[in-house]
Order: sequence, then structure tokens, then C-alpha cells
Amino acid sequence: MSAKITTRERLKIDRQAMPERDATARAAGFSEVNLGFTEKLAMLEAQRCIQCKEPRCVAGCPVMVNIPRFIQFIADGDLAAAAQNLLGDNALPAITGRVCPQETQCEIECIRGLKGMSVAIGHLERFVADWASRHANQIVATPPQPTGKKVAVIGSGPAGLTAAGELVKLGHEVTVYEALHKPGGVLVYGIPEFRLPKKIVQEEVERLQRAGVKIECNVVIGRTYTLQELRARFDAIFIANGAGLPMFMNVPGENLKGVYSANEYLTRVNLMAAYQFPSADTPVIAGKRVAVVGGGNVAMDAVRTARRLGASSAMIVYRRTKKEMPARAEEVHHAEQEGIRFEFLVAPVEVQGNDQRWVTGLKCRRMELGEPDASGRRSPVPIPGSEFVIECDVVVVAIGSRANPLLTSTCPELKLNRNGNIAAGPNGMTSLPGVFAGGDIVRGAATVILAMGDGKRAAQAIDGYLKGA
Amino acid sequence: MHEVLSKKQLSPNVTRLDVMARRIAEIRQPGQFVIVRRGEGAERIPLTIADADPAAGSIALVIQAVGKTTRDLVALNPGDAIQDISGPLGRPTDLIASGRALCVGGGVGTAVIHPIAQGLRQRGVAVVSIIGGRSKEWVIFEDDLRKLGEVIVCTDDGSYGRKGFVTDAAKDVLAAGGVDCVYAVGPVPMMRAVVAVTKPLGVETIVSLNPVMVDGTGMCGGCRVSVGNETKFACVDGPEFDGHLVDFDLLWDRLGTYRTQEQESLVRHEGSCRIGLEKPNAG
Ligand SMILES: Cc1cc2nc3c(=O)[nH]c(=O)nc-3n(C[C@H](O)[C@H](O)[C@H](O)COP(=O)(O)OP(=O)(O)OC[C@H]3O[C@@H](n4cnc5c(N)ncnc54)[C@H](O)[C@@H]3O)c2cc1C
Ligand SMILES: Cc1cc2nc3c(=O)[nH]c(=O)nc-3n(C[C@H](O)[C@H](O)[C@H](O)COP(=O)(O)OP(=O)(O)OC[C@H]3O[C@@H](n4cnc5c(N)ncnc54)[C@H](O)[C@@H]3O)c2cc1C
Ligand code: SF4
Ligand code: FES
Repeated sequence: MSAKITTRERLKIDRQAMPERDATARAAGFSEVNLGFTEKLAMLEAQRCIQCKEPRCVAGCPVMVNIPRFIQFIADGDLAAAAQNLLGDNALPAITGRVCPQETQCEIECIRGLKGMSVAIGHLERFVADWASRHANQIVATPPQPTGKKVAVIGSGPAGLTAAGELVKLGHEVTVYEALHKPGGVLVYGIPEFRLPKKIVQEEVERLQRAGVKIECNVVIGRTYTLQELRARFDAIFIANGAGLPMFMNVPGENLKGVYSANEYLTRVNLMAAYQFPSADTPVIAGKRVAVVGGGNVAMDAVRTARRLGASSAMIVYRRTKKEMPARAEEVHHAEQEGIRFEFLVAPVEVQGNDQRWVTGLKCRRMELGEPDASGRRSPVPIPGSEFVIECDVVVVAIGSRANPLLTSTCPELKLNRNGNIAAGPNGMTSLPGVFAGGDIVRGAATVILAMGDGKRAAQAIDGYLKGA
Repeated sequence: MHEVLSKKQLSPNVTRLDVMARRIAEIRQPGQFVIVRRGEGAERIPLTIADADPAAGSIALVIQAVGKTTRDLVALNPGDAIQDISGPLGRPTDLIASGRALCVGGGVGTAVIHPIAQGLRQRGVAVVSIIGGRSKEWVIFEDDLRKLGEVIVCTDDGSYGRKGFVTDAAKDVLAAGGVDCVYAVGPVPMMRAVVAVTKPLGVETIVSLNPVMVDGTGMCGGCRVSVGNETKFACVDGPEFDGHLVDFDLLWDRLGTYRTQEQESLVRHEGSCRIGLEKPNAG
């Protein structure tokens, strides 16, 4: 139907806005904020793509999704083909369509962004993925030839799930071991329902299970089984246990009641559904005035969660400025709409408490930006004598996470780098033969799509290793 | 799914469940625990592995019914199942290699002392156990511990054994000398009192801390405790620590974090049990 549309006509179409739940209404609950394109909006948006011969967006995508191709199928109204193609390139599009920082990856490269607005690649990706999960029966998959090789995957976050999906496609027998009671990693315990509904993650997991991936929950590698035991039982191993060790600020008062790591706060609310307490059993201290320390996606998720749990004041405390915040632009924008306060150029020096040792405030110091540091960001410098107190009853520390040593400390043969991350080559190969690693355990806290990229590359490398073996 | 094989009431509020968990039964060591989640919507709670039968593939959980989750667990019957059990978690107990150890257990902590005493005995360490309860019916694990060495029972009301607290008996045993290490597990005030006795004497004392936990893998930091002025995560760095260095005030304080919610949960639970409407709907 779009065959006759000219480039001129394409250029005349404006970027279609993502339909959103009203900001006031949504801040009172955990329903997903973005509602998704309708088919009509998606087709209109898809026609904006001018089908570049050398598409720059593809080069911007860490897993090189063939973006113009699936967009052309949307424009043609052939959603089954769009889905087939997208799923061939990206194992978890319903997830990346929602959580990728498109504005710094594919969309920033889009040629239409040079004059005006880029094509809404992320929104279109999400549209196709959601269509695919509603029409699973229309997508044909050819069952692979079994190879008889067995691979263990440690961790069921995006890196582990992607690798598992690729490996079964190649005919290997795959078992995923997950420490928690539910698969998905950060996608289920970290990223909240209002941004990534748990149902979506569950559907993706079920799709992999139907394709033959076995998932065993409640298995903590390093405790339930050692890495060496797995090496004896499997032909190859992919380690993708994430960066699950929360960092604290190391300031006085950090063990007061009402101070949480973002991991604990979000795990209670997401994985354990504390927002439904008392009909779910796990509680969380809701807080009337909540201060969240940090400026990344994790901080944004925590502060918007606090808002939804009923905080009248929910605030970000960040030591640099808005420009330096690593969070996705859309999350910052949504947070602003929801009435989140931002204190920029501020760093905590102490958590204050009352005589029952409940949090009463966060003592902070104002900062100014000095010279750029190694990462190119201007580093904050404290202003002497600028101390002041932010009154609050809950403090959430979201200043990053590091490699959890639980697994690696039980396998000294596995080489680590200085930060405790597993040392791995470009295809994920570690210092141990047949053992590969990827995602946050190798990169440090990074992104979903980079973890998936690692999973995909490692799966190919494992396949090569198994064929050589 | 982990089937409940047997159930036994040990004292008015302590119940033993033997449940299937084959792998954990094979490899668990003294001092280790599991995280249990009964079913959808239930909380994840830590419970010590009190005993194991590797041949049958089962582990023993000894549960004191203090709140909603523990009451739900002790309401299970043989044939019922626990949905999730992960472990064994935590570092195994630092067992002394030889000599004589004093094991002090208070309340349900006696069940935690049992595998420690077992481990010590296996290494040829002489074990003296002091266990206590309010009155005779609250004393648990006496027979199991008698198999491993001398047992001194204390009751608050003197209805059985010696009248008084376990700390009084501990003082006497320590005064007689020849104790190389003390292992103390029980309520925070009890462990604090034992440490107050052993610290001036300079006798090494290992305590097992019971902060609120969520994942049990070092991911959330909710279980943080202060030991020698350093923050530790009890689930991966412990749960056992050098009692002389533990900040018990902080532990006691943090254990009170959810008191309001716990009460709310319990009141609601008791109400719904009566009208049979209990319906957890998340997780
Ligand atoms: C709150 C939050 C919001 C985020 N938002 C975004 C976003 O919007 N966009 C984006 O791109 N990225 C975001 N990220 C980052 C992104 O989620 C991570 O980079 C990504 O999940 C890493 O994937 P992974 O597979 O390496 O590890 P994880 O997702 O961390 O998964 C690791 C899994 O391994 C399990 N595991 C750990 N140890 C063991 C063990 N010993 N044995 C067995 N299993 C084990 C864990 O339980 C977990 O399930 C966010 C992160 C957080 C915390
Ligand atoms: C390593 C470890 C081993 C333990 N072993 C045993 C055992 O063998 N037998 C036994 O009966 N109990 C044991 N406990 C304590 C047990 O986990 C708690 O009693 C239980 O979680 C209470 O849950 P509830 O919902 O029934 O009570 P709640 O009403 O929720 O709480 C009652 C009290 O239990 C504590 N508590 C609450 N939630 C948790 C949690 N998630 N983790 C830890 N403590 C919590 C709090 O101090 C609270 O005041 C152990 C705790 C730890 C940390
Ligand atoms: S996977 Fe992420 S970066 Fe790649 S096209 Fe999709 S949204 Fe863009
Ligand atoms: S229970 Fe979460 S870190 Fe220990």
C-alpha cells in the first residue's frame, strides 16, 4: 500500500507521539506509562522512514537490527514479516523496544534527525514485538538439528536469555540456572512494572522455554553447584550473573532504618510485589518524603516508584547537572511530568536519624563542576561551607552496582580484572576453556542491549567451540 | 516444588518440617541456611538447615511461628509442598579443629546449634551444650544434642533442669575452664548476654545473626550488619561472625524496621484465616 509513496511525501509526515497514560493518574499506580502505537500510528510512523541505502541507524544499534527492513514491512502492512525479521535479529524486542536508550543508539543516527525528528525506531520495535506476542502462531520457526552438546547458562537476565535462545536455535541442549525464584534478572527484580510489565518478560521467557530452553530457578552457582561441577557436566558454560552488588555511599548513618539500596527497594516492590502489601506478604517502607541518590535509570526507577507508593515529595539528589545524567531521556521526561523534584549539584555527606534510629534527613553539600574527568564528564567539586539538610524519611542509594563475588570467589582459576569483573575476550571467552561470560559481569553495570549483544556473540563463539571440540 | 515429608511439633510455637531438597541435603554444611518461599505472593525468608538426610534427600527446617510467613509454613502438612527453596546459603561455620567447644542455644536457636554441634563432634571436638527455654515444654533438641555430648538444660521457671538463664550456666562452665570456643545462637538479647560473659574472659565466641533478608545472595544489602565497625552482608559474609565484634544494638534496631507492617500482616492473616479468605495474589 505504501509502494507509491514518494520520499517527498514521506518527509511531510511528522513524528507520531507515543500515547501515554495521564501523568497524574499514572503516578498513583503501577500501570505501564506508554500505551503503545496503534496499527494506524505505526504505519504512519513507518512511512517516515526513507529507506536509506546505507542506513546509519543499523550501525548505531549494538546488535545491528536491520531496522529499515522491518520498518518497510510495517509500512507495507505485513506485520508477520516485520515480526519474523525483527525476531531474527533481536531475541527480546518487546523488552528492548521499551528500555533501550534509543536516543543515544539507533535514533541519534537516523538521517531524519538531522533536519527535525528521527524515526521513532524504539516505538516501532515495541509495536512489532507486541504484535508478535499476540500472534505467536503466525510466526514459523524451523526446529534445529540436535547436536547432542550440553551448555549451561548462569543467570537469566538479558545476556543469559539471549544466549540460551541462540544456543537452542543452533541445536544445543541448554539449561539456565537462576539464583532467584523467577527468571529475568534485572528485567524482573529491577525495572518496574510501569516501564516494563512483568507479563512481557514472562512471555519472552515462555517463548524461549517453548523453543526448548530449560530454566532451573533457586540454583545459586557457587553455592548449590560450583562452576567446576558444571564444567564436568556440561560441554560449555556461559556466565551471565550480572552486576548484582549494590554500592553504598560510605557516609555516617547509612545503616539507619529507612535507608535502602536501590536493589533492595526495587526488589521488594517489583519481584516481591510489595506495592500490593498486605495482599502480598513482603513489606516496604513507603516514605512520605523520599530522597533518591543518583542520576541513572536505576535512580529514576526508584524515585518514580516512591511516588507511586504515595510519597508526597520524591526527589533525585544528583551531584552533577541534568546534562550529565546517564538516565534515558524518556525516563527523565516522564519523571518531570510526574512531579519528581531534582536537586542537582548536591552530594550527601551524612544520613541523619532520630533517637529510634529512623531516617529524618539527608545532610548534603553543594557542588560545582570542575575539569572534565577521564570519562569526559566534568567532575563535581564541593563548595566549602555549603552544607544543608534535606528532610526525608526514606533514602534510596542508587549510585551503581558492581560484580557480585559470590560465584567468582568460589572459582579462583577464573581470571578477573581489577574491578572484580570477569576478564573476557570480544567473543566472551574467559581464561577457562569452554567457559564464556558476558553482560554486566564483564562490562560492569551497562545496558540490556549490550548484555544481549554479548549473549548473541558468545552463543556463536560457543557454537564454534563445540564444533571444534 | 518441595514436598513436606513429615511434621512434628517440638514446643508450643516451634515446629519441625522435613522437606525434600535433594541437592541441598547432599552438600549442606553446619551454619548454612536456605531461603524459602512458600508459594505465590509469599515472602522469602531465611531458615537454618537444622539437619539433613542425604539418603532420603530431605532437610529439616525448625520453624518458630512468630509472624505471618512462619505461621503459614507451620500450617503445612505432609503431602503439601513449598514452592521455592534455594541454598545452601551463607558461609559454613568456622569449626575448631580440636579441643572442647561450648554450644549455647536459646529458643529456636537450639535448632541452629544442632548442626554446629554435629560438625564439631565429627571432627572429634568435645561438645558441651547449654540449651534453654521458658519452661520444660519449650526445650527442644535435647535428645539430639545428648547424642553429641553433655547437655545442660536451663528453664526460666525451673520446671526442668537448672533454673535460670543459659548465660548463668555458661558462666559456670567457662569458670571451670577448658573451653576453646563458644558458639551461641538465639535471640539477640541472649547472644549479647553470652558475649558479655565471654569477652572479658577472652574466649572466642561465634554468633549467628538473623537480620531481615530478601535474596540471600548479596544482591540487596538489606541484611547488612556491623562487625568490627565494618558493614557486612550477613547472607554472604555470614551469617556467623565473631561475637566480640558485632554491633548488637544496630542488629536489634534494624530487626524492628517492619514492626508496624508485620503486625498489620498478622492481624489481617488471623482475620482472613477465620473466614477462610486468604488469597495471596502476587510474586
Ligand atoms: C533498576 C534498573 C533499571 C535499568 N534500566 C535500564 C534501561 O532502561 N535500559 C537499559 O538498557 N538498561 C537498564 N538497566 C541495566 C540493565 O538492566 C543491565 O545492564 C542488564 O540487565 C544486564 O544484564 P545481565 O544479563 O548481564 O545481568 P542481570 O540482568 O543482572 O541478570 C543476572 C541474573 O543472574 C542471576 N545470578 C546472579 N548470581 C547468580 C549465581 N551465582 N547463580 C545463578 N544465578 C545468578 C541474578 O539473579 C540475575 O537474575 C537497568 C538496571 C537497573 C538495576
Ligand atoms: C540466617 C538466618 C537463619 C534463620 N533461621 C531460622 C530458623 O532456623 N528457624 C526460625 O524459626 N527462624 C529462623 N530465622 C528467622 C526467620 O527468618 C524469621 O523469624 C522470619 O523471617 C519471620 O517471618 P514472619 O513473616 O513469620 O514474621 P514477621 O512478622 O515478618 O517478623 C517477625 C520478626 O522476624 C524478623 N524477620 C522478618 N522478616 C524477615 C526476613 N525476611 N528475614 C529475616 N528475619 C526476618 C524480624 O525481626 C521480625 O521482627 C533465621 C533468620 C536468619 C537471618
Ligand atoms: S535494539 Fe535498541 S538500539 Fe537496536 S534498533 Fe532496537 S531500539 Fe534501537
Ligand atoms: S539478603 Fe540481600 S544482600 Fe543479603
